[in-house]
Amino acid sequence: MAILHEPVPSVEEVIADAARHNAANPAQDRTMVLNMGPQHPSTHGVLRLVLEIDGEAVVSCAPDIGYLHTGIEKTCEAKFYQQVVPMTDRIDYLSPMSNNLCYCLAVEKLLELEIPERAQYLRVLLNELTRLNSHLVWLGTHAMDIGALTVFLYCFREREKILRIFENVAGQRMMTSYFRVGGLSMEPPLDFYDQVRAFLKEMPEKIDEYVNLLSGNPIWVNRTKGVGYLKPEDAIALGVTGPPLRASGVDWDLRRDMPYSGYEKFDFKVPISTDGDVWARYIIRMEEMRESVKICLQALDGLPEGPIKANAPKIVLPDREQMKTQMESLIHHFKIVTEGFNVPAGQVYQAIESPRGEMGYFVVSDGTSKPYRVHMRNPSYATLQALETMCKGRLLADVVAIIGSIDIVLGEIDR
Amino acid sequence: MPVHDKETVLEAHAANPAVASLLAADPAIISNAKFDRNELTLTIARESIVAAAQIVQNSGYNFLEDVTCVDWYPSEPRFQVTYHIVSHSLKHRIRLCVLVESSDPVVDSITAVWPSANFYEREVFDLFGVRISGHPNLRRIMMPDEWEGHPLRKDYPVEGYR
Repeated sequence: MAILHEPVPSVEEVIADAARHNAANPAQDRTMVLNMGPQHPSTHGVLRLVLEIDGEAVVSCAPDIGYLHTGIEKTCEAKFYQQVVPMTDRIDYLSPMSNNLCYCLAVEKLLELEIPERAQYLRVLLNELTRLNSHLVWLGTHAMDIGALTVFLYCFREREKILRIFENVAGQRMMTSYFRVGGLSMEPPLDFYDQVRAFLKEMPEKIDEYVNLLSGNPIWVNRTKGVGYLKPEDAIALGVTGPPLRASGVDWDLRRDMPYSGYEKFDFKVPISTDGDVWARYIIRMEEMRESVKICLQALDGLPEGPIKANAPKIVLPDREQMKTQMESLIHHFKIVTEGFNVPAGQVYQAIESPRGEMGYFVVSDGTSKPYRVHMRNPSYATLQALETMCKGRLLADVVAIIGSIDIVLGEIDR
Repeated sequence: MPVHDKETVLEAHAANPAVASLLAADPAIISNAKFDRNELTLTIARESIVAAAQIVQNSGYNFLEDVTCVDWYPSEPRFQVTYHIVSHSLKHRIRLCVLVESSDPVVDSITAVWPSANFYEREVFDLFGVRISGHPNLRRIMMPDEWEGHPLRKDYPVEGYR
């Protein structure tokens, strides 16, 4: 079979390509190389792009990454299993709970641990709130990149409410580290449920408000419709997942197709579009936000009673009360904190649908209390490879719209 | 219960399209098979990974999710290059492994089968020092170009002066 797609060019290739074009037309200066980033407000972090442009049209483009590489995968190998959870927050700082969940599910799969239903429901609820949180930041910054400054303020107004919910439940606004291997760190406070309900009640009309600000706006429509087209075959060949994949017409959502953490009990639609442009990705994410609100409500309504931690005293930390009154619990607490817990040898890959697409954790255990290897498959990393395909032949200004539409987080690309 | 016996695993998964077509193409292509925690792992002979990837893709496993590596230092074969492939139609995931000796750490690039392997293979090269032959752009991706050593190798020091 023929190669479906040319590989993503390197920085050197882009520069050489420009030199070749200019040598072919020595009389006129045809193309130039433009360096965009790593310190550029619309690259959403420290992404560096090397663009070859012909006037305003992009001839080729190469992403250069690694500016935020912190070696989290290496650090994980020196930590106990439970100590890795706070590191996972810092990978994708806009969706900490998704990272927590994915890592915990992977380790639970290694341990073959049953998670109580109440914990599963709360995990789903918090994950969907994370999705709303992440999509709100995406919408605000994406609109700001294109010039609609107002939307940013509206989005951050609602995001603040979600962060307050996170602070209430986990004690932290962004780096929540609320999930534990075997369940949750603690029971949510009593006013948490009313707080979430009040937020969910007003959220649908807030989404209408954002749609009102953007969908009828001729500047927004012209900047997004038909821009950054991605064919479904290219999307699959280049490893694109999540909203950009669904915007290209591939009906694939891990929550529905390979359910985890009890998602099979929830009733929700997976929005699909075949337009494959920036506009379609915008519509898909707006629809996803509405579906997330529905899932959150179902999780609240169907929330079962019961424990929030698995019954595994050698793995899950005991409650404070128990620890202070029972010798056995105190010993377990001491053992887990000082020595960690051993995980049977094996290799697992656990994938979940994060706000940006497929997030996967590949965890290898050699039977000790520290992971032998933790690898994160992050959605932005693969989606970035499709940037060149989407930008080619478009105007320089469209590059900004396209970067916004694939919703990259450099923290998870570089890790 | 994890099953590590090749014959038993292949027999139990004979209906799996990837296993069936790999065996039909060349029975020697699968050097080992494992079924653990509901995940199917096929170890592929190093020289046939591109062929195996092509066969697996043709059998319906259409989406490459991840390429990574595990360093089993000091045991040999040292490197385990790992591919995770999912099928959108079967809703099933398969793992291919290639074991590579440290004396000659080279594995063929599968970018011709899945262009998305590009960045992942660069990462494997950068952080593990496993060379990917036939890769269109084999350069470091995370570390600076002039960096010495491969940080995710187990014998790479994590503290002290370099």
